[in-house]
Amino acid sequence: MVRNFPPDFIVRVDKEACINCLRCVRECPFGVHEYDKEKKKWKRHHEKCVACLRCAYMCPTQAISIEKHPMEYSPHPVWTNKVRKDIKTQAETGSVILTAMGNELPYLNYFDRLVLDACQVTNPSIDPLREPMELRTYIGRKPEKVDLEEDNGVDLKTKIAPNLKLETPIMFAHMSYGSISIEAQLSMARAAKEVGTYMGTGEGGMHVDLYPYADHIITQVASGRFAVHEEYLKRGAAIEIKIGQGAKPGIGGHLPGTKVTAEISQTRMIPEGSDAISPAPHHDIYSIEDLSRLIYALKEATRYKKPVFVKIAAVHNVAPIAVGIIRAGADAVVLDGFRGGTGAAPQVHRDHHGIPIEVAIASVDQRLREEGIRHWGSIIASGGIRSSADVAKAIALGADAVYIGTAALVALGCTVCKKCYTGKCPWGIATQVPELRKRLNPDEGARRAANLLKAWSHELKEILGALGLNSIESLRGNRDRLRGVGLSDVDLEVLGVKPAGR
Amino acid sequence: MCGLGGIFNRDGKRIPGNDIITMARMMRDRYDGRGGGFAGYGIYPKYAEYYALHLFFRDEEAKEATEEFLKDRVAIIKDEEVPMRNVKEIPKENIVWRYFVEVPHKFKSKKEYLAQEEDYIIDTVFTINDEIDGAFVASSGKNMGVFKATGMPDDVGRMYKIEKYKAYCWITHGRFPTNTPGWWGGAHPFNLLDWSVVHNGEISSYGTNRRYLEAHGYKCRLLTDTEVVAYLFDLLVRKQGLSIRSAAIALTPPFWKHIDKMPEPKRSIYTALRMTYAPAMLNGPFAIIVANRDTMVGLNDRIKLRPLIAAKSGDFVYIASEEAAIREVQPELEKLWAPRAGNPVIARLYDDVREEVIH
Repeated sequence: MVRNFPPDFIVRVDKEACINCLRCVRECPFGVHEYDKEKKKWKRHHEKCVACLRCAYMCPTQAISIEKHPMEYSPHPVWTNKVRKDIKTQAETGSVILTAMGNELPYLNYFDRLVLDACQVTNPSIDPLREPMELRTYIGRKPEKVDLEEDNGVDLKTKIAPNLKLETPIMFAHMSYGSISIEAQLSMARAAKEVGTYMGTGEGGMHVDLYPYADHIITQVASGRFAVHEEYLKRGAAIEIKIGQGAKPGIGGHLPGTKVTAEISQTRMIPEGSDAISPAPHHDIYSIEDLSRLIYALKEATRYKKPVFVKIAAVHNVAPIAVGIIRAGADAVVLDGFRGGTGAAPQVHRDHHGIPIEVAIASVDQRLREEGIRHWGSIIASGGIRSSADVAKAIALGADAVYIGTAALVALGCTVCKKCYTGKCPWGIATQVPELRKRLNPDEGARRAANLLKAWSHELKEILGALGLNSIESLRGNRDRLRGVGLSDVDLEVLGVKPAGR
Repeated sequence: MCGLGGIFNRDGKRIPGNDIITMARMMRDRYDGRGGGFAGYGIYPKYAEYYALHLFFRDEEAKEATEEFLKDRVAIIKDEEVPMRNVKEIPKENIVWRYFVEVPHKFKSKKEYLAQEEDYIIDTVFTINDEIDGAFVASSGKNMGVFKATGMPDDVGRMYKIEKYKAYCWITHGRFPTNTPGWWGGAHPFNLLDWSVVHNGEISSYGTNRRYLEAHGYKCRLLTDTEVVAYLFDLLVRKQGLSIRSAAIALTPPFWKHIDKMPEPKRSIYTALRMTYAPAMLNGPFAIIVANRDTMVGLNDRIKLRPLIAAKSGDFVYIASEEAAIREVQPELEKLWAPRAGNPVIARLYDDVREEVIH
């Protein structure tokens, strides 16, 4: 049968510019470029190209350009090229389609329909270069009130539960050692320490190289329980129980044995070469009371010195679930929206499960307030945060802080080619192949990751200044400073935001 | 732009309203005539033990509905129309009536009901404002009252015959509204129980503050940002037991870079207050005067984006937007100063006045 499957991309090479140095052959982990030395002929396997642009940028004579392949099926609005290609792929393989990064379907992006307020006349805007501007954020449980004995001097009677102190309300999301390289993790760990924020280990444990940054690292306890032991829990700044992930709500994870190298085997505490399976549910958490037991088991193990977070995918019933999590004892609930990224997920889950982070923040924040327990725990939002504006909007909707994953990787060189699950990341991020890993220098990576945080923090300060606020807590949940443009009445009601013009 | 003023006698000596009207008149170019008002403490010594409810009614119907509601809820000791003279500058929009009420005996049978009694009055006030069309409670404290309307404050003062009342604490406000329509209820002072607030500026953190208060059962329905200040003081001081000074640390906290350098245990106290009361922090440009039965407080935002002047002369304390307003009523001053951003100036009955250094 004819395989009538047009490639996605076409590699164009300027033959006059090409000097046959074969650099592209060495650079491409997918085998797009092939040179027959005897016949002195090039063959480009266009169908293997993922448009990562590695070869184009490494070509010393800039002879290569990658373009969208002009050949397509006859246009059809319903039976798009993507739909037809997916069907053909599955007809051939009989398999689930695997992919990576975040949701690709064109759902409404609420962030792009929300606009921020600004000062004019009646309240002066504040110039952050001249006036103090504060982004410090504490994540964790706050008391209902402060009890002071003020008779003779002042005596603090209230004991504050352990909180994480963030100098900017942006953290690096959990991406495990295994899904990404130690160089990528090191880059983020150094940046987090420099800027005064945190990164997550993901489920891959904490590599010894990360120990110097452990006070800026949040450890994760997920359904596979890889690497979880007392020292690991005590070493980090906080612990996060991962229940679900926005990119693949309701399903587990699978790190193929081929990726379980000696170092990963040590860090995760599993045999070398064995598949690392994270089951869909935690098999000791089938209910909210089970979750509560794990939360308190972790708190007991760490002598109540570490805040414990619980991460869930934002799903339809996110508000009552999040309230339950906070009532179960979590110090923060992490909401991962359906645009959240992943190193590997079945396309059907990535694109069709879960809800947008914006509405999840709004409904969880509102429900916690209605129940009078908003101060019991913080809300950390993640999944599709692309810019400082998204951060500001997420906070105005009610989040305390955000996690960034994809954005952090892009800062490290990722071009979002969506092939993380192959383990062949051409930019040395989502890979364990030594030759590929060398492509990311952690010193350079740390500088760029820190720069991203600094740039966004600077922009956040400018945003606050334009809003006439000099501290981030006055933006938190301040939906009055947002307006919706082109949103339906129901959307506005759920978001708790007025339409522009009102 | 708005203007505000306050006179406080530390010995509890009651003075007629003439001086506060003068103070208000001196700042006329700060207002546009769409709201002015006064609050006086100590004006009803004969009924000092009862809650004095000042009400605006749009018409007789609203009054009847309110009285029907009040009848089942509180014991009305006395009620009367608030005496007013006609002034050509202010069209009379409302019937203004006052009720001296007490909470029925069943709520007073035990000591711990006292706090509940105040919550009961608050609930009464919110219910009237919320559910009875055309009725609005302007004030609900004991031995005090709020007099306000749409107009220049000195005209409002004349209309209400303010000069005939005697108080040991007077505060006034004139409005130049930029965020909400001018209506009688929207004029300052805002009051809840004993707390009265006048405010010049804008609470840019209003959305955050309002949602925090709503989670504590307060209803912000007055279409203005100022009411949150009154409710925040009620929550932090009356309900949660903070001192006014500690409440000021919560509402206009020092910057973290300063807190970080404080010695222990001060640092822990400030950190605890700031972490806990982050959603209560007032942000944006403001100068406010807050009063209750024994205190008058002047407070600025953390970077002093609105004017506020304080002065002292014998047993009198003055706070105003403009120095001229103070000097006009008291040319002989021992001390006049501009309080630092975020530092509360606290004048207490039978005590001194001082600027509390928290910044």
